[in-house]
Amino acid sequence: MRDGREGIVAGALPRIKDTSKSEASTKHKTAASSGREQTDSSMQATLSKHSPLVLWVEEISVSFDGFKALNDLTLTLERGELRCIIGPNGAGKTTLMDVITGKTRPDHGAVYLENKLVDLTTLSECEISALGIGRKFQRPTVFGGHTVLENCELALRGNKGVFHSLFGRMSKAERERIDEVLETVGLSERRGEQAGLLAHGHKQWLEIGMLLAQDPKVLLVDEPVAGMNHAEMERTAALLNSLAGERTVVVVEHDMEFVRQIARKVTVLHEGSVLAEGPMDKIQNDPHVIEVYLGA
Amino acid sequence: MFARIRHRLLRMHSPRAWMAVGIAAAVLLLLLPISNGLIPAKSAFHLPDYLVPLLGKFLCFGLAALAMDLVWGFAGILSLGHGLFFALGGYAIGMYLMRSIEGEGVYRSTLPDFMVFLDWKTLPWYWRGFDHFPYALAAALLGPALLAFLFGYLAFRSKIKGVYFSIVTQALTYAAMLLFFQNAAGFGGNNGMTDFKRILGYSLQAPSTRLALFMASGLALLLSYLSCRYIITSKLGRVVTAIRDAELKSRFCGYESTHYKLFIWTFSAILCALAGALYVPQVGIINPSEMQPSNSIEMAIWVAVGGRGSLSGAVLGAWIINGGKSWLTAVFPSAWLYVLGTLFIVVTLFLPKGVAGAWATLTRRWGK
Repeated sequence: MRDGREGIVAGALPRIKDTSKSEASTKHKTAASSGREQTDSSMQATLSKHSPLVLWVEEISVSFDGFKALNDLTLTLERGELRCIIGPNGAGKTTLMDVITGKTRPDHGAVYLENKLVDLTTLSECEISALGIGRKFQRPTVFGGHTVLENCELALRGNKGVFHSLFGRMSKAERERIDEVLETVGLSERRGEQAGLLAHGHKQWLEIGMLLAQDPKVLLVDEPVAGMNHAEMERTAALLNSLAGERTVVVVEHDMEFVRQIARKVTVLHEGSVLAEGPMDKIQNDPHVIEVYLGA
Repeated sequence: MFARIRHRLLRMHSPRAWMAVGIAAAVLLLLLPISNGLIPAKSAFHLPDYLVPLLGKFLCFGLAALAMDLVWGFAGILSLGHGLFFALGGYAIGMYLMRSIEGEGVYRSTLPDFMVFLDWKTLPWYWRGFDHFPYALAAALLGPALLAFLFGYLAFRSKIKGVYFSIVTQALTYAAMLLFFQNAAGFGGNNGMTDFKRILGYSLQAPSTRLALFMASGLALLLSYLSCRYIITSKLGRVVTAIRDAELKSRFCGYESTHYKLFIWTFSAILCALAGALYVPQVGIINPSEMQPSNSIEMAIWVAVGGRGSLSGAVLGAWIINGGKSWLTAVFPSAWLYVLGTLFIVVTLFLPKGVAGAWATLTRRWGK
């Protein structure tokens, strides 16, 4: 695995070869012994458009001052699924999101998106965002000095370069897209208001709206219902459910009631690795899970 | 096409604000020059010659304040080293002015006097080209731009932010000051450069040259104001402010915050260098004291008093402080620093958005 990562840093050609090798070694053991062209195609088959896999997190380890936040964590996500990640405090949920979005560099391990032949852990936050991974923070984070409309404009998918920002203009299609997003999250009436002055729940909605404007393939959502009342929670659940399907949605959540509402498949993290994975009712009855988390 | 330009201009300013810009332009570029050049000296409407360079100096300070507000007010980057860019722009023009007195110095040498004094026989390599005004002007703007770019690249890439960034900029200007104090550096050491005679062949003592420099400063300030206004009303301006408010979020939205900060930082340094380049021919001297940390800090005070995040406020702040300084240092010299300190405390406590913010609140109240 480490050989693979070094190859990826070194250059484009070895990147293809070594990436395939690393995946071949874990997933396609039969392909490992065959020629290079074959491993290339098997690798693309693994994460190609027709494959159900959209995100592949492989043997990630992260430690902070000796504390292992993630410990050889491996996780795969299928296209269009809605996955809940739960686990006690310190299980590594947020660190996992940090690694996928490029905020934290892992000690070793790799992350692949769809059929892109590049290890995400070598890219910056903005490059990863451009590839199609969006993230919502635990605390609602919006651009407080800007209006609701401007927040959506800034999040909108498109050219994010300096000179395009200086001279470019918003197209009609982009404007319509923003209207559509504001309609979806129910903030059309508040488009001119300063985002920093919105109520907590509205900020959460705005942030989700910004993610919609960004139009990512994979949506990472950290505690979306924190501080929401019951009605808002139900609305959020419906929204996340409607998003899954065309997009892949990963929700990190503490609120078990909410998880039960939306969950199709649940991953339980414990001490930096996957403890259990499966449908919610199965997870609830898993003795290990009960021991470390649910029973507590 | 026309409609598009019109739309863009209206995004920059409301019609009323455009009117104010027009009035400011008319005063700076028409009224004051006419009052100085055409109205007879006996008339009450005559602008005396001695005031022209003083007002020209204020225009340069206004331009520096604009540069400061762009990075501090809108991008949240507090620079305590903008005096360095100002001084470097001034030094480049100073070198041109030194070269253009060739042969008329005290020693009648082709070299600047201070080099003769140091017993240097030839011009250092970095002085070459400064005989030509276009080269000197390009050096005045691009030199500081390059320095700002390199410094900014290293600092922003290493994610140096907030007060740490401010301290490093302060150290940078201090280090440069120590360098320029050295005689061996070849910039005139302690005394810097002075006794300039002419610019582009025109005598610097002539009232017409002074008026021309004043008008050039006025034009530079207006154009810089409009370009800053263009920037902050473009998407780039919104991105920069978004980075100020939530940098990580902006990166997750796909913006390479380092590039944005670098752009705004370098542009600001260029404006500040332009201010310095216009300042030196009007005051007739440049020396390393322009790089002392207190000068850069004073620029921050201009912006704080005028109103952070308001471009016209920043210019106004520079004028208020420097007007007060000119007046008080003449009437009651020892009091100036106390007044400045008190003013800064009062503004921070009672007018957090400066004079411009207070004005906006007042007009809103009257409007209702």
